[in-house]
Amino acid sequence: MSSYHVNEKGFYGDFGGAYIPEMLYPNVEELRQNYLEITAQDDFKKEFDQLLKDYVGRPTPLYFASRLSEKYNTKIYLKREDLCHTGAHKINNTIGQILLAKRLGKNRIIAETGAGQHGVATATVCALMGIQCVVYMGELDIKRQSPNVARMKMLGAEVRSALSGSKTLKDATNEAIRDWINNPVDTHYIIGSVVGPHPYPDMVARFQAVISEECKVQLMETEGRDYPDHVIACVGGGSNAAGIYYHYLDDPRVNIIAVEAAGKGIDSGESAATSALGKEGIIHGSKTLLMQTPDGQITEPYSISAGLDYPGVGPMHAHLYRSQRAEFVSVPDQEAMDWGLMLSQMEGIIPAIETSHAFAVLDARKFEPNDVLLFNCSGRGDKDLQTYIDYFKL
Amino acid sequence: MNRIQSVLEQDRKLLSVYFTAGFPNLNDTVSILTQLQDAGVDMIELGLPFSDPLADGPTIQESSTKALKNGMSTDKLFEQLKDVRKNIHIPLIVMGYFNPMMQYGVERFCQKCQEVGIDGLIIPDLPVDEYHNNYQELFKKYGLLNMFLITPQTSDERIRFIDSVSEGFIYMVSSAATTGAQSSFGEKQTAYFKRIGAMNLNAKLLVGFGISNAETYHAATKYSKGAIIGSAFIKHLEKTGADNASAFVTQIR
Repeated sequence: MSSYHVNEKGFYGDFGGAYIPEMLYPNVEELRQNYLEITAQDDFKKEFDQLLKDYVGRPTPLYFASRLSEKYNTKIYLKREDLCHTGAHKINNTIGQILLAKRLGKNRIIAETGAGQHGVATATVCALMGIQCVVYMGELDIKRQSPNVARMKMLGAEVRSALSGSKTLKDATNEAIRDWINNPVDTHYIIGSVVGPHPYPDMVARFQAVISEECKVQLMETEGRDYPDHVIACVGGGSNAAGIYYHYLDDPRVNIIAVEAAGKGIDSGESAATSALGKEGIIHGSKTLLMQTPDGQITEPYSISAGLDYPGVGPMHAHLYRSQRAEFVSVPDQEAMDWGLMLSQMEGIIPAIETSHAFAVLDARKFEPNDVLLFNCSGRGDKDLQTYIDYFKL
Repeated sequence: MNRIQSVLEQDRKLLSVYFTAGFPNLNDTVSILTQLQDAGVDMIELGLPFSDPLADGPTIQESSTKALKNGMSTDKLFEQLKDVRKNIHIPLIVMGYFNPMMQYGVERFCQKCQEVGIDGLIIPDLPVDEYHNNYQELFKKYGLLNMFLITPQTSDERIRFIDSVSEGFIYMVSSAATTGAQSSFGEKQTAYFKRIGAMNLNAKLLVGFGISNAETYHAATKYSKGAIIGSAFIKHLEKTGADNASAFVTQIR
């Protein structure tokens, strides 16, 4: 049977690998050689599980959204990652990576962040462990996401402004990689999504896999079977999606739906729908689908949600797309914003704008009354309040 | 024999200079090549600009951004180099990231390189294993040598492997850094240069990253075949414009 998980060479089908400068090779190789062994150790698993339970607040609830289910005449479940400490699923990964970094003897952490959620989750675990933390953030994003910048500073992290290129997430990632090149021995780089050179996409997916692991148990309790008919998540780089798909990747009974940000529309020139607009290429050390000029220069994506405007997509998702294992849908800003309001007023949950995108699939596509739909409610909307206020003139 | 191999055979220390094609102005490329050759430079690395140059520091990154803004592209570069071999006789290496080459088509890219008279490539984000498994034959077919980087963190075993697939020189990165980050060499670097020198590799070594003046050039070439200057030359071009390239070379040696 073919598998949608990573192979031993670090590839998902045609995608993945480690296209990195030699200066990064020792760091990435050290990780590759150790991540499976360390994360399989009993003391690692014990500490990871304990922190997820006592510190993050896991397991997160699986919530049956009854009003929404009634309106759409189908069965809708929300995996409440928005209830995690720091407000999104991002912390599952940062907890895992900080424990790994400690075991690799690292005493300095670097990270990139776009909207600031991963930056906050990284600053949080560094404070928890008493480890020095530097977060790279595009100069433009620092201006757009000031509450998260303040959070990181309050948590003791240093926020460095990425001034190069387009001054957003991709440039913050470039700067973090350069920092790692300059500090190869004492520093661990906590990447926030299922992107970057192997083993990052697989490692981050494994740390996020706790999401679908819990869903299996929770669905068994409520539905008497441990799988949904459809599993649905938004995809920027794709970490929340990787986490909720993980244990269903090779289960043909489960239809996988990935929702990308269409921004102002696929053909508007201001979009982040990588599957529709991207071509195979290399970004941040990974062969994947990415948005670029015909000449191979990486372009700047657009979405109203800062967490979805990454010009690439994780190699796992590129493979799910090309192999047609997953259905890819793209949702424009306006529909996502409307769903932010809809979820707030029908279920009393104010979602992150990233998360809102996923729900728009309910309008885009028909589901059967007996279908079990599993949505990743990946983050809460507090960080987006200003955008919601401006948009709806609240 | 490839021009790179011929110059590596010569009994003297080599100076190789890097600059970004299309910088400071779009059409400066051939003029800068000519000036560098006239000033006695042994080899030139021509940077194909990329939007996201991971291995480069701010100086080269900014020059790349500027060059792209000026309108530099893969096609444009080949067009500028169409007649370059009428006047330029020293080895020419294209240094660029892999994505633009992939989009151009790797074989088509190699073919074009051969057509205009490029002797070799440096592609920082094409790993040696990937090259060895998928591209070595192709590069050979078009007479292109591929140069690899090593750093102070590269293991001896890996250096031996890189040496075994290298037909040109090995690019010895002076320290754990992006380009343009260092200003002088300390004992650490010297020890590293000596260690690699003592490995008696088949390929000749050229030191790069952190060479900015006569002092660092001489320190680097004491233990190697030559040295590569990039960021310092870009800074010079930025300050004095595209017509004073030779002044930079004469202050180095």
